[in-house]
Amino acid sequence: MNFVALRMLVGDRSKYFGLVFAIAFCTFLLENQTSIFAGILKRTASQILDVTDAEVWVMDPKTEYWDQTKALKDTDLTRVRGVPGVAWAVRLFKGNPVTKTLNGKFAVSLIIGLDDATLSGAPRKILLGSWERLWEPDSVVIDEAGYVLLFPGEPLELGRTLEMNDHRVTVVGISDPSPPFLSVPIMHTRYSEAVNFLGRERTQLSFIVARALPGIAPSELTARIENATSLRARTTQQFMWDCVRYYLKNTGIPVNFGITILVALVVGTVVAGQTFYLFTVENLKQFGALKAMGVTNPRLVGMILLQAASVAALGFSLGTGMAAIFFEIFRHKLATRGIVLWWQCAGLTGACIFFVAMVASILSIRRVLVLEPAEVFR
Amino acid sequence: MNPGDTLAVSCREVQKHFGDGETRVQALRGVEFDARFGELSFLVGPSGCGKTTLISVIAGLLDRTGGELSVLGVEVDKLTPSERILFRRKNVGFLFQQYNLLPAFTAAENVAVPLLIAGVPRKEALERARSMLSRLGLAERTGALPSQLSGGQQQRVALARALIHEPRLVICDEPTAALDHASGEAVMSLLSANAVHPDRAVIIVTHDTRVFHYAQSIAQMDDGRIAKVTRKEAQA
Repeated sequence: MNFVALRMLVGDRSKYFGLVFAIAFCTFLLENQTSIFAGILKRTASQILDVTDAEVWVMDPKTEYWDQTKALKDTDLTRVRGVPGVAWAVRLFKGNPVTKTLNGKFAVSLIIGLDDATLSGAPRKILLGSWERLWEPDSVVIDEAGYVLLFPGEPLELGRTLEMNDHRVTVVGISDPSPPFLSVPIMHTRYSEAVNFLGRERTQLSFIVARALPGIAPSELTARIENATSLRARTTQQFMWDCVRYYLKNTGIPVNFGITILVALVVGTVVAGQTFYLFTVENLKQFGALKAMGVTNPRLVGMILLQAASVAALGFSLGTGMAAIFFEIFRHKLATRGIVLWWQCAGLTGACIFFVAMVASILSIRRVLVLEPAEVFR
Repeated sequence: MNPGDTLAVSCREVQKHFGDGETRVQALRGVEFDARFGELSFLVGPSGCGKTTLISVIAGLLDRTGGELSVLGVEVDKLTPSERILFRRKNVGFLFQQYNLLPAFTAAENVAVPLLIAGVPRKEALERARSMLSRLGLAERTGALPSQLSGGQQQRVALARALIHEPRLVICDEPTAALDHASGEAVMSLLSANAVHPDRAVIIVTHDTRVFHYAQSIAQMDDGRIAKVTRKEAQA
């Protein structure tokens, strides 16, 4: 009878395609919006996740997320290094200078000052040049997107001159870090250079990044550091989630995306659910005839569930394909790099779609179950 | 067993009402009706007299509320719901006024439906369906959709579907009502030639006086009762 169910489903082409495309577009919208939402939130912690050498971040006790820093004292670095279990700990500076090109173009930038001796905290990917060249005086490594922003239409090349706070600096590398939350150029330099580019203040140490000795879990080390120094210590993952939570709680991003996701879900549910319901209702006479001919209620339920599941599977697959194409196209654009289709979003969307299909089919099943087979004579 | 000697359907004082209280409608008021094996038994009468209710009760689609009913020797409404479905699946064929063909299915697929319901493999079911359609003069139209068939052809497909699983009771509800005279005659001729069988009874509900000559017996219903039964011998 599966054959009968599927032929009934595909027999009315217009309704069938209407159902499939309603589910496909609902899937596309849900996967698209949830993945972009997740991608944007992940960007709030991009620079934290790019620091792969360290696994523990130490900051002022009141610091809640990456963009909110209160400088630590230089002596705090020594205190952290003195905590048992710390393999190493180095300074990390974060600031936002205005960067100018010689032709007058400028942009607020994100500058990250790496430990002078070890350059710990640099992202892995570099497209041109090398991290070691940061040991040259007045040198920076700039990210590709920032380079394109400051030198639009010009080829990537080293040796370009920039100006920050009356300091001339030379581009010695072009990197490919994770995109930041705001589309600003990301520049890496040595800690001592960075504080000069921003202008000296009494205290300038944004973060201390550290690594635990072998055998000591990062979470254990954070507890030890907090106990010993009264500073705030977080593992990389904890700090990432701090940032995500901060933006979720304190910005309009989740509300805006939530509304779009909700609208997509409601519209998709209503359109797909109503179309499927109407499809079943319009076939009630046929279901009645099948009942009269000896099809049992459980078999009819199975037929309707099969119809719902197959239309949901096809619509979901098409929608996921559309979403994958969308993200594949935009993944290569500088502004939207790093925004990808998350498997978690696809999974969640799939669960929603199948839930919608099941709800619609349950409503339809009810109509079929209460249908008197004698109705076929009316 | 001589054809016509044995009762396939026996109704004694069968009653059926719908609703209760002020909304109660007494559809059958003590029906006495027999249908014999090997015969076409017609059930005629004005609209609302209870013909459709009676065949629904006989087919096990509705429960009677009084009297005695035996179908093929079985008291159908004493069967459990699942037993009744199996009984209907195996023993009853239906021919509806509006054909009730599945629009997405070809003629052969429509005819094969009762076999598919019974669990016959699809290939075998389709072969048997094509063979049945050939017997009914539709060998060239087995692949046509209902929308590509005339009303008469659709009713012949529906007839093939009613007979494909060789039921012992065929119930026809106004089989010629939606057809012109020629098509109605053709359908009745095929029904008479193919459905009548010593081990099968055929009950036909109809208003169409033009096809009464096919009947072995005609039971006239009025106001929920059988008012008169005329048998062919008597007509002759």
